[in-house]
Amino acid sequence: MSDAIIGGQDRIAKRFAKLKEEGRAGLVTFITAGDPDPETSFEILKQLPEAGADIIELGMPFTDPMADGPAIQEASLRALAAGMHMRKTLSIVRGFRDQDHDTPIILMGYYNPIYIYGVAEFLEDARNAGVDGLIVVDLPPEEDAELCIPTVEKGLSFIRLTTPTSDDKRLPKLVQNTSGFVYYVSVAGVTGAGSASNDQIVEAMGRLRRHTDLPIAVGFGIKTAAQAADVAKQADAAVVGSAIVSKIAESLDENGKATDKTASMVTGLVRELANGVRNARK
Amino acid sequence: MTSSAPNSFRALPDPDGHFGNFGGRFVAETLMPLILELEQAYKDAKADPAFKKEMDYYLRHYVGRENPLYFAERLTEELGGAKIYFKREDLNHTGAHKINNCIGQILLAKRMGKTRIIAETGAGQHGVATATVCARFGLPCTVYMGSKDIERQSPNVFRMRLLGAEVKPVVSGSNSLKDAMNEALRDWVTNVEDTFYIIGTAAGPHPYPEMVRDFQSVIGNEARRQIMEAENRLPDQVIASVGGGSNAIGLFHPFLDDKGVEVVGVEAAGHGVHTGKHAASLSAGKPGVLHGNRTYLLMDDDGQIKEADSISAGLDYPGIGPEHSWLKDIGRARYEPITDKEALAAFKLCSELEGIIPALECSHAIAQIMKEAPKMGKDKIILMCLSGRGDKDIFTVAEALGVEL
Repeated sequence: MSDAIIGGQDRIAKRFAKLKEEGRAGLVTFITAGDPDPETSFEILKQLPEAGADIIELGMPFTDPMADGPAIQEASLRALAAGMHMRKTLSIVRGFRDQDHDTPIILMGYYNPIYIYGVAEFLEDARNAGVDGLIVVDLPPEEDAELCIPTVEKGLSFIRLTTPTSDDKRLPKLVQNTSGFVYYVSVAGVTGAGSASNDQIVEAMGRLRRHTDLPIAVGFGIKTAAQAADVAKQADAAVVGSAIVSKIAESLDENGKATDKTASMVTGLVRELANGVRNARK
Repeated sequence: MTSSAPNSFRALPDPDGHFGNFGGRFVAETLMPLILELEQAYKDAKADPAFKKEMDYYLRHYVGRENPLYFAERLTEELGGAKIYFKREDLNHTGAHKINNCIGQILLAKRMGKTRIIAETGAGQHGVATATVCARFGLPCTVYMGSKDIERQSPNVFRMRLLGAEVKPVVSGSNSLKDAMNEALRDWVTNVEDTFYIIGTAAGPHPYPEMVRDFQSVIGNEARRQIMEAENRLPDQVIASVGGGSNAIGLFHPFLDDKGVEVVGVEAAGHGVHTGKHAASLSAGKPGVLHGNRTYLLMDDDGQIKEADSISAGLDYPGIGPEHSWLKDIGRARYEPITDKEALAAFKLCSELEGIIPALECSHAIAQIMKEAPKMGKDKIILMCLSGRGDKDIFTVAEALGVEL
């Protein structure tokens, strides 16, 4: 196969293979590109793997993130106010790739900025920048022709969200064109809302395993190392977003600008979370 | 304009909710099963004579249909050209066309066994209509409304509260209609089991644009029959204001296959299309994806949605229903921008000449008529949807005219 696969789906597969070898779940961390400003965001991004992030989800800022809670919405608005846009998001990824060849990067966001960029051009630029996969919240399988199919053809992963409303009837459709891993959103709601109980996660994992062999990452509502550890006992990876993004917000000065504590506060939290995840099965 | 006109302009959407390149189902996966369930429930209801009968009953006895098609004689004389007729949606219970759709959706919600209603509102008309049907059918109601709109439409906020609805102020983004819609979607995604989302305009994910259009088509169906009675012929032009576009599509749809009927939508140009401060998504936007559908949107080069600007809270939305986008692209309808100033002049003229205080929304359509009617012959007929009454707007208008109340 072409080089594309080496850069794209393969990096994700390799990472999960490595996690399996180590007998542990992975930690997936989310930050929004450009939050609170492009430079600080790039600094944080570069430090995430060392702090313990196994996979990175990088939010593409959007004015109207309908499926996100206040924390991630505000992160988007901070980034946009600081002049963030799609080309800068891709250049941040390129900068990260120059120093890290192994940590998968998944871009996460909404369809409109990609649609306006132009799907073909976006996929070309994203692949060249070193992006491994996409999560696009407002593209269900019914709209696969828009972006999912072209993404897979380009050798990148299109990662689907599955939810508590995804029943046995719906799941085959959801896992059909997906690759990389399956993201299980453990509660029906926006990002940052309450978390699911252990029993609910076990039940959902069982349902998902009947339909896919892909690794399963579980997210939504994970705020502490203990919660991350609970999820890591069941799932192949735990995803933390709002808690990290809230930490960025907490670190800002009264004008909403980054301080010299911003990056260290984020990496501090990621270290705690990674500790929880890494020791979960011991 | 396209060279290959379809056999019928009334046959869409396709099974996936597309009007040509527009429409679709661009929603989070959590909502997909709900949207599919809604689609099936609507299909079943549409095929059930009992549902239609029930709807007709409430439209007649509760909403007060049918409402008149009124010959605006003095406005016609003043403008000196085409005969002007108003379809009087302002005479409906709650004072606007919004209730037509709300009756349909709440009956569907009950049929589906849903026990909680949410809605978004801009001017507050849809919020009031939703709160009204919720009171009538005994369901709890939460209405999301931008904090900016709450300020400029306080009478409607009080009305909703009187009707027992909870009005939740939205303080995110531009604090107006699009943000209220975001917030309602967030609520829905969180309360998937029991909640029915009554969308107020012919936009959003499939099946909403089709369903809202069908419920609002009572406007055009009645008007078509009434103009035949009054004039023994179809009008030369049907015209309506468009925000999301529900009153307009309701008027237009029954006329779309009548070749001789020109179809005109009027957008809010705010301070003027050239100023960038407007809500004219068809005149000055481009196709994009927001709130579940592909349609014309106001946005920047990065695909970030821009704030809309209009004196009329009901038109203050950066998008438009997908069927309008399609009608524009295939050339079946044309869309014209009208500024705040022009709408205010029309608001005054209609009040003074006809004794009808029109909503600021449909004042935009009157303003366009003021431009076009004088150029048309006296044998021509214009049929406009007077979508709502203007009582709710008197504070806004007073402020714009520098009058202290």
